[in-house]
Amino acid sequence: MPVETNILLALPYFSGLGATELENIKPMLFDKSIPRGDMIFMEGEPAETLYFLINGIVKLFKTSAQGKEQIISLARPHEVLNDVSIFGNGPNAVSAQAMTPIVIYGIKKDRLEAVLTQYPQVGVRIIRALSERMQQLLTLIEDLSFKHVIGRVAKILLENAADGDVPGHRLTQQEMAAMAGTAREVVARSLKTLEERGLIRLNRHRIVVADADALKEMIELEP
Amino acid sequence: MIRMPEIDQDKCNLCALCIAICHCGAIVIVDNRIQVMETEACGWCTLCEAVCPTGALTCPFEITLERR
Repeated sequence: MPVETNILLALPYFSGLGATELENIKPMLFDKSIPRGDMIFMEGEPAETLYFLINGIVKLFKTSAQGKEQIISLARPHEVLNDVSIFGNGPNAVSAQAMTPIVIYGIKKDRLEAVLTQYPQVGVRIIRALSERMQQLLTLIEDLSFKHVIGRVAKILLENAADGDVPGHRLTQQEMAAMAGTAREVVARSLKTLEERGLIRLNRHRIVVADADALKEMIELEP
Repeated sequence: MIRMPEIDQDKCNLCALCIAICHCGAIVIVDNRIQVMETEACGWCTLCEAVCPTGALTCPFEITLERR
């Protein structure tokens, strides 16, 4: 599948550009199909190419020194995968893996700089996109720093658990996130932490509260 | 009956991202509608819910207290 003008228009960096500008920019990009499971780039390696996801889903994640994987986000079509690393001139901040068969567009750093010199309006769109990203990160910092989300998740579990003949509510991670005032990813991480501590068991579509007393203690410690 | 992720057809925009991400092949398009087939291979990874842009696909958890 070659690089297509109408797809470029759907990318936030190039939306609103004229047909001539898009035709001039198009040859600077290349397209690539990648099978499910393959890596697109690795955390810590030099960031040489900016990637746009065109089709499929990409997992962006970091790996701790102990080898533990932490998903930062699941990128959907038309998202940029590594803008922060490219414009920050740093190595890749995260690793990227295809979760489905994917198609990406790429543009080498030097070519991107040529586009920015020739079409400053692209730079304005990039600033806008980076500002949105910064806003998302600020929200995440707030969640991680100021809110004791795990305590709230513990409270939600206890308040909604079925007990004997009393039926409980069925909740999605998205609903728990809305109730806890946080992101779905943070709820997923909290549930994993509670499971690792032995307080709950994730049994397919069931969350079994294994130690209600410990959960209550957690709520008191992290209100 | 095996509990499976749930689809709200009114919210579904047929983007098919759920089909692409599903590892067990439980999600299919039948008659231009997303359908979730029963299979024990579904491990409730909730990735279909995570990628759904409209909130049409959901993976609700039953929460229970362990009996002692």
